[in-house]
Amino acid sequence: MFPEHFTFHVAEQVNNFVDWLLNSYAPVFDAISTGILTMLLRINEILLMVPWWLYMIIVFVVLFTTTKKLIASLTLAILPLLIGAFELWALAMESLAVVLTAVIISLLIGIPMGILMAEINSFAVVIRPILDGMQTMPSFVYLIPAMMLFGLGKVPAVLATLIYSLPPVIRLTNMGLRHVPKNIEEAALAYGATKWQLLKEVRIPLAMPSILTGVNQTTMMALAMVVVASMIGARGLGQEVLLSINRIDIGRGFEAGLSVVVMAIVIDRVTQSIAKKWEPPQVRIIGKLLFKSFFL
Amino acid sequence: MSEIKSINAISPVVEVKNLWKVFPKRQRSKGKKTLNIDVHDEVTISQMEKDGKVVVAVRDVSFEIYPGEIFIVMGLSGSGKSTLIRCLMRLIEVTAGTIKINDLDITSLSKKELVKHRRYQAAMVFQHYGLLPHKTVLDNVAFGLKLRGEPKEERYRKANAAIERVGLKGWENYYPAALSGGMQQRVGIARALVMDAPVLLMDEPFSGLDPLISRQLQDELLRLQEEMKKSIMFVTHDLSEALRLGDRMAIMRRGSIVQIGTPDEIVSNPADDYVAAFVADERRTLEKTKLSLGNKLASTPASS
Ligand SMILES: Nc1ncnc2c1ncn2[C@@H]1O[C@H](COP(=O)(O)OP(=O)(O)OP(=O)(O)O)[C@@H](O)[C@H]1O
Ligand SMILES: [Mg+2]
Repeated sequence: MFPEHFTFHVAEQVNNFVDWLLNSYAPVFDAISTGILTMLLRINEILLMVPWWLYMIIVFVVLFTTTKKLIASLTLAILPLLIGAFELWALAMESLAVVLTAVIISLLIGIPMGILMAEINSFAVVIRPILDGMQTMPSFVYLIPAMMLFGLGKVPAVLATLIYSLPPVIRLTNMGLRHVPKNIEEAALAYGATKWQLLKEVRIPLAMPSILTGVNQTTMMALAMVVVASMIGARGLGQEVLLSINRIDIGRGFEAGLSVVVMAIVIDRVTQSIAKKWEPPQVRIIGKLLFKSFFL
Repeated sequence: MSEIKSINAISPVVEVKNLWKVFPKRQRSKGKKTLNIDVHDEVTISQMEKDGKVVVAVRDVSFEIYPGEIFIVMGLSGSGKSTLIRCLMRLIEVTAGTIKINDLDITSLSKKELVKHRRYQAAMVFQHYGLLPHKTVLDNVAFGLKLRGEPKEERYRKANAAIERVGLKGWENYYPAALSGGMQQRVGIARALVMDAPVLLMDEPFSGLDPLISRQLQDELLRLQEEMKKSIMFVTHDLSEALRLGDRMAIMRRGSIVQIGTPDEIVSNPADDYVAAFVADERRTLEKTKLSLGNKLASTPASS
């Protein structure tokens, strides 16, 4: 098929390189690993400590106070009952813990990076193609580097999820900051704002709707990834889906799949409504820009 | 002799000398190319202008603003008025020349000094208000004081006083979006007043408003000025506004000041056709009133 003398492999070199990396930087990887794991377990613990009905109340209160839509809020609050009914509650919380851990770290990295991108043009020039590349790659691909460095288990699952879900929040933070109206920035400067004051008092607050849209998208990406990441040990609902695929157990797969969908819908609505709440009056201009840049 | 000297010695608050601002033409390629031109080399500049490489927005402009006067800058769209007023805040870097405000050369300030200048020496009112949509009226007015680092109580006390002064009492907790254009500009004015800076820079503050409101705000500005006695630079392209407000005015054309004088001088003695065209309407009405006044005078004795 393919001329034999043209073939060559890098698998061994890659393995050697990873081995070398792991050996020489063992303490670093250990630290990252234990850090993530502790955080994850702690979050998981808290999630399981909270009784199921409290989630519904929280979802209802958040949605109702922000959107004022009674029926919709009620429906979305009741929806998670399904997960409990399918006896998948604990697994769902396991997945949620991975998602939350990944999202928190994503935001801690992503928002400052977005700010840097908006502030430093040369940084943006370097980062943008990387983000583009990251978003075009299929989610499976992220499993490889995570697994290479951390093997199988929850930590690489969090890492893969984190990398996969990182781009939107960086992108939207950067975009929100860049779309702050120039005349408003100029006015703030004219009153003696330093660069830092401008960022803190004007640019970040005005970019907030965009940043929160980024948070929402990052969360949704993380949720999508957590199913895939069960292939390398994220467990939770994803594993349930995976198992039923392997066993061709359609019913079981359906229940798990539906649970993921329910989680996605509820989380999406909740984060979106929080984002809306933050929108300062009349930042509709920015909203429109956002809309445009998404769909054009 | 010495007396005359002391009268002449009222020193200007703002002193602009041979100011130039040359913009590179916006090109495809991004990134600021710093323009290095010698403004005294007239041949090169006019050549570059012809080639469309640069826009000379402010050309060798000199003027002074004295304490307590309203100095009007007038000119057609694109004549460089906004560029000039921005230079005074150094929101854009000047190409050549000096700007002295209270004897401090703005063009050579360090970053830190510049921030101080903006916080204490001059306050600006913008045509498009430039209010912060995410802050209430009160916080908008107190914004400059916050940047300055004044304690909360102090800045709210001052801001409330300024809000009352511009007639917006009761609107403190609204967001700018809830206010009409005229009210938003009142907020803009309050925000400038509260800084208590000796110099006030106003870039077409009333030109986005309908005539009645803009008239009302002009009156109010005059009333406020009566109490404050600031040195105001007021940009406009509306002659009647200029005549109502101005103590002295400068007419700009394509970056240059073509005439400086009191409104009366300019209306009665326009320096060239451009200025004449500007004040033509005003001259006509002036002549009409003179005529009708003359007629009245002529006819009064006859009727009695
Ligand atoms: N940042 C810039 N880069 C390049 N050219 C500029 C820039 N700002 C202004 N100009 C040019 O400088 C000239 C003067 O503009 P400026 O805004 O000062 O005019 P203006 O008198 O304020 O007009 P208007 O009445 O429309 O506000 C215009 O030709 C404009 O195109
Ligand atoms: Mg202008």
